Amino acid sequence: MKRIWKTGKQERLFRSLFFSCVPAFLITSSSAFGQPVVIGSKKFTESYVLGEIAQRTLQEASGEVEFRPGMGGTIIVWQALKTGEIQVYPEYTGTISEEILKEPGMHSLDSIRERLRAFGVGMTNPLGFNNTWALVMRRSKAERLGIRSLSDLKKHADLKLGLTHEFLDRQDGWPRLRERYALPQQDVRGIDHALGYAALATGEIDVKDAYSTDAKIAENDLFVLADDLNFFSRYDAVFLYRLSLDDRRTGLLKTLEGTINETLMTRLNAVAERTKDYAKAAAQYFESHGKSNMIYSESFSHKLTRWTLRHLELAGFSLLLSVAFGVPLGIVASRGGPIGQGILGFASIVQTIPSLALLALLVPLPFFGISVRTAIAALFLYGLLPIVRNTASGLQDIPRSLRESAIALGLSPIVRLWAIYLPMASRSILSGIKTSAVINVGTATLAALIGAGGLGEPILSGLNLNDHITILEGAIPAALLALLVQWFFDLLDRVLIPKGLRL
Amino acid sequence: MSALVRLVNVSKRYADAVALQPTNLSVECSKTTVLIGPSGCGKSTLLRLIIRLIEPDSGSIEFNGEVIKPDNIDVLRHRIGYVIQEGGLFPHLTARANVVLMARHIGKSQEEMQSRLLEMCALTRFSENLLSRYPLELSGGQRQRVSLMRALMLAPELLLLDESLGALDPLVRASLQKDLKEIFAHLGQTVLFVTHDLAEAIYFGDEIVLMNEGRIVQKGSVTDLRERPADAFVSEFIHAQRGIPIL
Ligand SMILES: Nc1ncnc2c1ncn2[C@@H]1O[C@H](COP(=O)(O)OP(=O)(O)O)[C@@H](O)[C@H]1O
Ligand SMILES: [Mg+2]
Repeated sequence: MKRIWKTGKQERLFRSLFFSCVPAFLITSSSAFGQPVVIGSKKFTESYVLGEIAQRTLQEASGEVEFRPGMGGTIIVWQALKTGEIQVYPEYTGTISEEILKEPGMHSLDSIRERLRAFGVGMTNPLGFNNTWALVMRRSKAERLGIRSLSDLKKHADLKLGLTHEFLDRQDGWPRLRERYALPQQDVRGIDHALGYAALATGEIDVKDAYSTDAKIAENDLFVLADDLNFFSRYDAVFLYRLSLDDRRTGLLKTLEGTINETLMTRLNAVAERTKDYAKAAAQYFESHGKSNMIYSESFSHKLTRWTLRHLELAGFSLLLSVAFGVPLGIVASRGGPIGQGILGFASIVQTIPSLALLALLVPLPFFGISVRTAIAALFLYGLLPIVRNTASGLQDIPRSLRESAIALGLSPIVRLWAIYLPMASRSILSGIKTSAVINVGTATLAALIGAGGLGEPILSGLNLNDHITILEGAIPAALLALLVQWFFDLLDRVLIPKGLRL
Repeated sequence: MSALVRLVNVSKRYADAVALQPTNLSVECSKTTVLIGPSGCGKSTLLRLIIRLIEPDSGSIEFNGEVIKPDNIDVLRHRIGYVIQEGGLFPHLTARANVVLMARHIGKSQEEMQSRLLEMCALTRFSENLLSRYPLELSGGQRQRVSLMRALMLAPELLLLDESLGALDPLVRASLQKDLKEIFAHLGQTVLFVTHDLAEAIYFGDEIVLMNEGRIVQKGSVTDLRERPADAFVSEFIHAQRGIPIL
């Protein structure tokens, strides 16, 4: 997902036209000189908000700023930073030592910084809040049982715990917490984070894990149990950045150090979840620091246009590639033999890989990573089979008598193919292309998972916020787009299939 | 008398069967040679070998004294017209586009093509108004007329017809037979004509070549075949098609 605020509407339109006819690698190569600084974020509210704040801050420097929110989990975003795919993203000191450096005991900022330098990565000082794990209970229940700290839980073995899968699985999560506090509870189950709050409200569970700056804590009047044995490591928010980032931008990032305390962050998270608008939450930050009163909030129509254009760009460009490779491959495949079988086999196998897995497989490859070209490459591979198969079968279905007539006339092989065989197979080829197009428009929603944007972006943030309206903002246009594509190709049939074949 | 096409010891076998035994045959200039014989006796195979849709296993085929080889076949194909039972018209092209396809491909001028096209329409009695129709919009007889025009467009020296009238109903067939015979006479056309119908063979054939099981059994006029049959098969074949007014 690219947000280039400084481009105008026309330029954006031009870009999308341009994008649909120039190879992906020319456009998306981010290493070229004068490229915008790219900020990434993980896929949860606070990370989105911090990303927005960094974006607004870096806009003070000249040059474009691009923001790719919701790229995925720690590994994906760290990988993107390490390879220079992105230059900045918000992270937590605890996560850096536990997950990235795999040195759970490392607490000093200097030693962490020292280790990060080896990756060409720098780290700001803490932004001012510690978003650590915490266990929370309904305030009424905690007061009734007289529970104030994690040690108090020992006395209530019958409490039901609903913990996120991540917390259950993590090194620094549940297994060692239980050990340290000698917790006796038996009823411990894994539950989705958002659903956990609902379960807590209905009393289905009594205790759940949370982040200490989670907006839901205040919203649901929950009580944070004190970590009296200092079990949880510190998760001080910082920005990680490439050391190659210029001084001016590094300096701007550092102005954010120590400017967000827990209360402010909790409030910003609450605003983000309430308004479903991360930019608005970021604006609150600047407001609270008297930096600016101007809220940059994108209008819905503007957002929709941006999503849709990007979606069409993804689906259209990948379709173009699928056609450019699929039709020639189909022609070769139509001749049968081991090569033909091989081509059809390959295309079929690609199609059996779940689209999510295909994306995940491409991301670690050198040329791809977290980028638009990965999304396009995956969609391209996906769209290949219907075109290859329909081209091959369309050509094979041409009666032998007509093939031979073309040969007997003395037409050269190229002319036979171009003037006779392909037009005769056009209906089948076009229906293959239509199938690919519809698949691509649908599958392109997954591109948002790797920050490539499109209509999957609202769907993804809607899922994250558990907000149905936002999901529909992406899902409805995506469905309409698929219908539109279908209709467009029905029209195209009438233009491209020779009249003599439509009688 | 000179031979336009000469087959010398030409044979063809498929994996499971011999389609054509080693065969010698001459097709005389300006005459209609008719290949006749029961279904599967190798008539189509012989034609397909001449136009090189299939490669012979042995022997050679000469066209106008020149041995047909893969490197000259493309040029020779422009000098040979070929019409099959199904017509072989391309469904996505109009009648006109089908007819001028090859002429356009080798870069004939528009005027040249147009005048030749009108000439062909007159010759084959095909209404010019129908030229913009697609094959599916034409009757079986009309389609075969268009196929014939296409085959004759470049004024080929040799015309190969493989049961070209075989799928037509009797009335249409009769009228097309009559027109064809006139056309051949008018053009002085060399024709190699395949049929399995004795009456048609007699109607067209200056020379009749009777085939059976991949061999030429007898070659001559119908009188030769009737009165001096080479073997029992010949007389059997002639008499099997009773009720034909044998001239
Ligand atoms: N492509 C092919 N593969 C195998 N056998 C074939 C093929 N084409 C023709 N034949 C066989 O060759 C023989 C001659 O066929 P053909 O020349 O088409 O006969 P017809 O005299 O009816 O035109 C037949 O036995 C036929 O089965
Ligand atoms: Mg035959």
